[in-house]
Amino acid sequence: MGRAISMQALSGAAPAAAIVLRQVSKTFGDFTALSAVNFEIGDNEFFTLLGPSGCGKTTLLRLIAGFEDTTGGTIHLYGEEIGNLPPNKRPVNTVFQNYALFPHMTVWENISFGLQMLGWTRKDIDRRVGEMVLMVKLDQFADRKPSRMSGGQQQRVALARAMAPRPRVLLLDEPLSALDLKLRQEMRTELKRLQRETGITFIFVTHDQGEALSLSDRIAVMSAGEIQQIGPPSDIYEYPANRFVAGFIGETNLIGAKVTAVGKDVLTCELSDGEIVHARSDAPVSEGRAGSISLRPEHLTLSWEKPVGESLRGEILEVTYLGTDMQYRVRLSDRLHLDVRHQNKNNAIVAINPGAPVYISIADNAARFLVR
Amino acid sequence: MPTVSAAFAPLRNWLMAPSWLIVGFFLVLPVLLMLVYSFLTKEFRGGVIWEPTLAAYDQFLFDRGLFGDAPPRLQWAYIQIFFRSITQAAGATFFCLIIGFPTAYFIATRADNAKVVWLFLVTVPYWVNLLIRTVSMKFLIRDNGPLNEGLTALGLIDAPVQLINTNVAVQLGLFYSYLPFMVLPIYAAVERYNFALSEAASDLYAPKWIILRRILIPVVMPGIVAGCILVFVPSLGAFLAPDLLGGAKTFMIGSLIDEQFKGNAGNWPFGAAAAMILLLLVLIVLTLYARSQSRSKV
Repeated sequence: MGRAISMQALSGAAPAAAIVLRQVSKTFGDFTALSAVNFEIGDNEFFTLLGPSGCGKTTLLRLIAGFEDTTGGTIHLYGEEIGNLPPNKRPVNTVFQNYALFPHMTVWENISFGLQMLGWTRKDIDRRVGEMVLMVKLDQFADRKPSRMSGGQQQRVALARAMAPRPRVLLLDEPLSALDLKLRQEMRTELKRLQRETGITFIFVTHDQGEALSLSDRIAVMSAGEIQQIGPPSDIYEYPANRFVAGFIGETNLIGAKVTAVGKDVLTCELSDGEIVHARSDAPVSEGRAGSISLRPEHLTLSWEKPVGESLRGEILEVTYLGTDMQYRVRLSDRLHLDVRHQNKNNAIVAINPGAPVYISIADNAARFLVR
Repeated sequence: MPTVSAAFAPLRNWLMAPSWLIVGFFLVLPVLLMLVYSFLTKEFRGGVIWEPTLAAYDQFLFDRGLFGDAPPRLQWAYIQIFFRSITQAAGATFFCLIIGFPTAYFIATRADNAKVVWLFLVTVPYWVNLLIRTVSMKFLIRDNGPLNEGLTALGLIDAPVQLINTNVAVQLGLFYSYLPFMVLPIYAAVERYNFALSEAASDLYAPKWIILRRILIPVVMPGIVAGCILVFVPSLGAFLAPDLLGGAKTFMIGSLIDEQFKGNAGNWPFGAAAAMILLLLVLIVLTLYARSQSRSKV
């Protein structure tokens, strides 16, 4: 995790941290939902907690919001310890997964609720709610009840309601997961715009790597109650810290390998079927170390002729048409299969028959050796 | 009706027939019978003579003196019984709500398997006949019953507190009889309640009691209203608890009607007329409620 740690060190130099978590843990009975999580979230950052369901990302969000009590550790918000405050005393607001809009209140009443609770004057509330309905383009619907609105509209009400009290940090719990694809893409753009315009720190929970990669300034990848890697989207994708991250973000070929020689930058690795591949690693590795090699399908290229430079030999097993891409499954040996992806450009859809012998070349620096 | 499968389509109109039959035979018919009876002349040993008259309603509303020849004055005795019944029923509803709401909330927020046990416990008293439960209540609260003796033994009271034959006893009886009717609908409503709403309100800086008042109670209101109707309506017409636990001063409309149909002393048309007036009152209250509901939905 050398690179991930250096990224954390880098972010530590950023201006005032919005949120600092130290050794935060949470157990439910025998089940450990979070074990000793540490990280900082910078001011104005769009920070994403990404992981499969049950990884602890929602628990972490609920600890920050105050809906659950921490089992151990501290949570600081702009330097102030908030770990023991009830939710209504924390200057953070939440956008819930299924919105949790108050069904007996109109859009206007929903958005003004938090402001009323904060004791704003009638005049200030009206002005602020007016701003909010305009911001989320719902000024036509202010008198409607949530049940008479579409999912996308309800989502925008939830956003406006949570942003109205000007929270310092906005927590978003899979806010787009209940929307259909088209709407989801629209709302992504909308979210990014709102975050830029308001400068509020966003903590966004999702299991959708596409959302995470396209929206975030930084991503924390979580699994089994632990942070696996924290970094900007490109780092997470290009330099995964371990097998889990490599497999969870995007698609990859993970192949068992052993280091046979350690060069200056490059490791020489032997695959399980004896082929040799050169790979890079972020962690220090010594000779004889066993691990895996991650090869992204789009970093591999098929050719009929043996290319110059490093290549593997195999035969095509399967061809899948994916719209923008063609995906080929190539058999290297009985135990080793690789997925290769070519972009469909210039109508270059080449029909390749299964069984055809091919060469696979690996883009420079594309192979990563992962210890864990 | 897209949910009815094609195979049942020819039967569609007949599927409701059993329900209509039961509703018609056991609900509409008896009510109509009472309506007709209320306009007939009484037979002295119970029963009716088929001669139409308004005498029963006249007797309920007006006092014409001992021999029926004095100028009519409004008959307060029955109207008082009516008001007493409404007050008693409202009181029982109030206490059932105060105790039933927290109980329902408690049950609805238990783990699934615990819920089943609690719900079962709520219904256990119903395995015993209402009459027997009311009689046993009478023994519990009488002057030398376990309640008074227990309190005396503990030194909390010097002399037995008279509970039996008081309004308190009637309240207690009604409360005990109808509490589950309050608990169950509220339980159903709270069970469906999305607790993320409470979290959202808390997230938006609402303290606990505001969440209760402005979010939870309004959202589960249909369950609360259903519970109140289910307690209020039968309490209004109850006669077991007032008869057994109350005395002459706690006479309620249910007992009045009950007496008219008992033995030889009764007056069937008068009992039927009182029942019709009671029914009218309940229908007016329910209609007003339904109106207010449909208006607030818009």
